[in-house]
Amino acid sequence: MDSVIEFSSALCLLIGSFLCLSGGVGVLRFPDFYTRMHAVGVTDTLGAGMILVGLILLRPESLVLIKLVMILLMTLFINPTASHALAKAALHSGLLPLQYQRDKEKGAESSNP
Amino acid sequence: MKDLFAVVMLSGIYGLLSASFFVTLDAVDVAFTEASVGAGIATLLMLVTVTMTGRYEHSAHNKPIWALAVVLVTGGLLLYGTLDMPYFGSADAPGHLHVAPRYINDSMQEIGVPNIVTSVLASYRGYDTLGEVVVIFTAGVGVLALLSVAPRPEESAEIDVVNVSMHKKHLILRIVTKMLIPFILIFALYVQFHGDYGPGGGFQAGVIFAAAIILYSMLFGMSMARRVINQPLVQLLSAIGVLIYGSVGLVSMLNGGNFLDYNLLSDDPVAGQHLGILIVELGIGCTVTSVMVIIFFNFADRTEDHMRNGIRGR
Repeated sequence: MDSVIEFSSALCLLIGSFLCLSGGVGVLRFPDFYTRMHAVGVTDTLGAGMILVGLILLRPESLVLIKLVMILLMTLFINPTASHALAKAALHSGLLPLQYQRDKEKGAESSNP
Repeated sequence: MKDLFAVVMLSGIYGLLSASFFVTLDAVDVAFTEASVGAGIATLLMLVTVTMTGRYEHSAHNKPIWALAVVLVTGGLLLYGTLDMPYFGSADAPGHLHVAPRYINDSMQEIGVPNIVTSVLASYRGYDTLGEVVVIFTAGVGVLALLSVAPRPEESAEIDVVNVSMHKKHLILRIVTKMLIPFILIFALYVQFHGDYGPGGGFQAGVIFAAAIILYSMLFGMSMARRVINQPLVQLLSAIGVLIYGSVGLVSMLNGGNFLDYNLLSDDPVAGQHLGILIVELGIGCTVTSVMVIIFFNFADRTEDHMRNGIRGR
């Protein structure tokens, strides 16, 4: 039973780190602000969540478990809200997604004789 | 780099990085405060200022060569002076031999709190901490003197209209914030009273309290925030914090000892130390919270005034 718990916590930690890493790669490689926000928002939340779940499985005692559960809940609440706030701020200040930017440039080019 | 917005963001990132290397240096209390103040509130205040001053810096027309030369010479001399200093963290450095062993060895018997940082800050060096609190209070008074704008009487009907119209625009943020702010406040209270046993204490708790209030006022508008947080009360609270701290010292003197000698606050010296540290941290928390709130509200009032009167000023 103990080895099952240890194995599953190791698996969770590995999956969490892989997700965080892939979020980082996404930030570097995606072409546009909104796609980058999408990459980081989803993968960072789930990655941090999986790492915390892995740590929770390692520590079934009382106080540290409760603290880790609270951190997990806070992360699940705050991370998507922060991504939403960033994307909203970008939209509000006029940054267009890449497809619309290209369409706007094409429209400007085609309307010039 | 001429883009001030990018400079402010870089300084925020620097604050966050320094918080993380404070954690690796095992100074979690300092990391706490640095993360919330340096990476949070200071960045926010500078962004508020950048909205008023304009985003790009004008290019300088003179090249200060002589100033650069003076700086280089002075910096070089200082670096040369550090070559003689002992290595960082070496066991026989004079800084580690004088009072530090006494603090580390005797703190548990004399004061009885597990967190040595708190015992040094609030008890062994309590007088210096009183000076810090007075400095924070003076900063708040200075901001009030320089930046305060006379409150304009807002009609409550106008406030409600603005509030309802903003509600749909920021719906998700408002709902999540309303759910989270009680937890942030409870966490601040936990940090305040847990300073004896883990990282925490008055400064950190004060900053977290202020961060919760600033979050509320950012999302719900300054007029709503001014209705919720009574400005004269906050100013009174900042003075009360310093007063509490000084009164503890005076009570010790009235009991026959030195200023801020906590041993005399109760029959048992260790219990007296506990009581002294508790009350003193409470005073610190009060002052730090109220001064941060005062500074933010004054900056934001100026921004609102600026936006209302146009860029050309009143």
